[in-house]
Amino acid sequence: MYEHDVIVVGAGGAGLRAAIAAHEAGADVAIVTKLHPVRSHTGAAEGGINAALQEGDDWELHAYDTMKGSDYLGDAPAVETLAKNSPEETINLEHWGMPFSREDDGRVSQRPFGGLSYPRTTYAGAETGHHLLHVMYEQVVKRGIQVYDEWYVMDLATSDEPDPNDRTCHGVVAYDIQSGKIEGFKATGGVVLASGGPGQAFDHTTNAVSCTGDGHAMAYRAGAPLEDMEFIQFHPTSLPSTGVLISEGVRGEGGILYNNEGERFMFEHGYANNSGELASRDVVARAELTEVNEGRGVDDEYVHLDMRHLGEERIMDRLENILHLAEDFEGVDGLVEPMPVKPGQHYAMGGIEVDENGQTCVGGLYAAGECACVSVHGGNRLGGNALPELIVFGKRAGRHAAGDDLGEPKIKTGYGDDVEDETDTELPVAPGEAGLDSTSGVAADGGVTAEADGILERAVESTRERVEYLIDKDDGVQHAEIRAKLQRAMTDYVNVFRTGDGVRKALRIIRECREEYQDVYVDDPSRTFNTDLQQTIETRNLIDVAETIALGALVRNEFRGAHWRQENQIRDDENWLKHTLISWDNGNPSIFYRPVILEGENKTYEPKERSY
Amino acid sequence: MSTQQVEPESQEAPEDPAMKGAESPAAEKQKEGEAIDQTTADASELEGETAHIKVFRYDPEVEAKQEPRFDDFHVPFEKGMTVLDAVMYARDEYDSSLTFRHSCRQAVCGSDAFFVNGKQRLGCKTQIADLEQPIRIEPLPHQEVVKDLVVDMDHFYDQMHTVEPYFQQEDLPEGELEEQRQSRENREKVKMSTRCIWCGACMSSCNIAAGDNEYLGPAAINKAYRFAMDEREDEEIKEHRLRILEQEHGVWRCQTQFSCTEVCPKDIPLTEHIQELKREAVKKNLKFW
Repeated sequence: MYEHDVIVVGAGGAGLRAAIAAHEAGADVAIVTKLHPVRSHTGAAEGGINAALQEGDDWELHAYDTMKGSDYLGDAPAVETLAKNSPEETINLEHWGMPFSREDDGRVSQRPFGGLSYPRTTYAGAETGHHLLHVMYEQVVKRGIQVYDEWYVMDLATSDEPDPNDRTCHGVVAYDIQSGKIEGFKATGGVVLASGGPGQAFDHTTNAVSCTGDGHAMAYRAGAPLEDMEFIQFHPTSLPSTGVLISEGVRGEGGILYNNEGERFMFEHGYANNSGELASRDVVARAELTEVNEGRGVDDEYVHLDMRHLGEERIMDRLENILHLAEDFEGVDGLVEPMPVKPGQHYAMGGIEVDENGQTCVGGLYAAGECACVSVHGGNRLGGNALPELIVFGKRAGRHAAGDDLGEPKIKTGYGDDVEDETDTELPVAPGEAGLDSTSGVAADGGVTAEADGILERAVESTRERVEYLIDKDDGVQHAEIRAKLQRAMTDYVNVFRTGDGVRKALRIIRECREEYQDVYVDDPSRTFNTDLQQTIETRNLIDVAETIALGALVRNEFRGAHWRQENQIRDDENWLKHTLISWDNGNPSIFYRPVILEGENKTYEPKERSY
Repeated sequence: MSTQQVEPESQEAPEDPAMKGAESPAAEKQKEGEAIDQTTADASELEGETAHIKVFRYDPEVEAKQEPRFDDFHVPFEKGMTVLDAVMYARDEYDSSLTFRHSCRQAVCGSDAFFVNGKQRLGCKTQIADLEQPIRIEPLPHQEVVKDLVVDMDHFYDQMHTVEPYFQQEDLPEGELEEQRQSRENREKVKMSTRCIWCGACMSSCNIAAGDNEYLGPAAINKAYRFAMDEREDEEIKEHRLRILEQEHGVWRCQTQFSCTEVCPKDIPLTEHIQELKREAVKKNLKFW
């Protein structure tokens, strides 16, 4: 058994920032990650970091844009925390040597992004995430923080009180991918989940193959609710063949979208008469698909993004990476022809419910970054707001887990007096089980007085048994088959456009996946670098997470942000200014709601119609 | 500037696919795969209907794989298909024990560097259509093979850490929102060096690194370049960095064979950076080993 004060799971932007903060707060911290840190998906972020740095801009404008962009489903205390802290954290990165793009006077550059009232996106070419990830890993190396790389966290070790709000997380169970060894990692202070997004629930995604919602699923099964999971962002510009992302920076610099008739459809078809291509992402993604559905798409599949008029010099200075991506993955030279683009799954606005300090309702369990929902993005995340979220809330989670007092949070978590139960929705199918142990994550026979060590030992034992079983089983269904079916269902029915019937179909298919998973087996008998085993566990996580996305999409019968429902094309503020929460409850998802917090420090954000 | 690629002996494995058919379950599955491919090919009647890949296999733990070998897979070809797509297809459809690292599949995570047709390349960035078939896919040479295409990267990471790969400037401008100034020219100068994704292709292609385990190697030297040339770090630390670089197994070991530059998937002029650091070292404090 390994022991540290703080265990950080995942080594992307949020995990590295949390680890540095916990270390600076005096904790003995370790990072456990299934990849090596520099392989994390934060490296694929392109656009930039929103921070009100310049004169004429201020954090209140940033907060306002973010609330509006969220379609009034962001919680104001979280949004204001983001906007206030982002400038200092962004400059902190500069102090750590981040190679930001520069102005003539040597100061960092900022550029316009969708939904922003001021050009406040700080960037490093079109590879901001790569630099952010590497700069933070450098700081981890500098501080000598312990990293267990290629250790896959399979489970949490949490006590088993009936009410999740009374439970405590004492550590994690992880699997050394290289050797096959399964060990417990005890955390005396706290566990910070920074495990990234669940993009692999969809088959056309900008996300890395490693983005399998592991943290979501583990926290969910340990009793922390998942919040606003229906809000999946579809980025308007991904390459059709692979899903590789073409940064919003292209439109920020002046790139134009055309349909197959050469029309600049954002204006000519009235989707966003003021902002055009720079309307927020949900608006542009729907516009593109409407063009394709109405027969004005190229090859009935995509639209064109043109940046040729920007000129080679500007493209090379600010968007060079985009030229390489278009060339390598689509065979298109962005200097001489427009690039094909279509919407692709990109980001999960929802996630593990946490407060401003990154804490879940389970004691000692924290989450930060894309796997968490604070919530700052609400119904729709603005481009350039994911990276500040990583550094601002990664830092807060790390500090709090290390014992720093950050004050009483305004956001509540877990089931409580302030929530409203969902009682009306009839599910098309009973949820059903997946795999061997529907209660994994909670020490089943622990009892309320069990000691931390005992809880951890039992969690390790149950994980070992589960792995033995999967490897010893000789025949059955393979994970790849189930995963492909799940991804297809989500893309077919829980995509940019949704209907109640479609979502019900998806839920039925997810149920089938659960049943098939009962018979899953691992063909590779080896203990050495068994990716077959790892992906089998990941697939289980994807099933649980996909189900919460579909359940959220089913109950929220309104049109808000990225969640478009055909039956109800109105944003229903009277009934739906509230967060969707889904709690595991021994394998039966229970759904409840908590009101959104619109009261900020100095003002209340009044919901208005979003026009761009 | 010719590049010498020496294939390690361990990879000279039997190549006759028929030989393995009887003994490995993987080979049986792969036959199923071939059968499926045949139907696809007949139906489409397009040229290049399948991609023929020969993938290096080795697992120290599984008896049938302890002796290194190549397995053949015939993967339905689609326009735009990459080497990574092909091995993923082979794994998901024919043999789930086929093991390799991959994640972002867009050339930023650096985890899928393989030795493809005798050259270090990123699987995700290499189009099948550009390669001569059958395509030989092997683990990176000069690194210990853990299993199939997975190599032990520890030595590579250790070398990266040797050069103190982090910004060192304690004398920061006053005020928490006051940034350090950096000229556009200086950013441009270090730009290429900051693009390194730690894939290890350069180190694997370097004959010197292959023979001298202590040689810092092109990636680590490039990482040092990234900081040594950044005007935001002061002179004292630059001298400290140069002292690390001009040690016995540092920059002077480089014999300018350009192999690293040739294989770098991010087009970093590694050899040039190493030469520039040699010049800097001469200017500061000439020291040949």
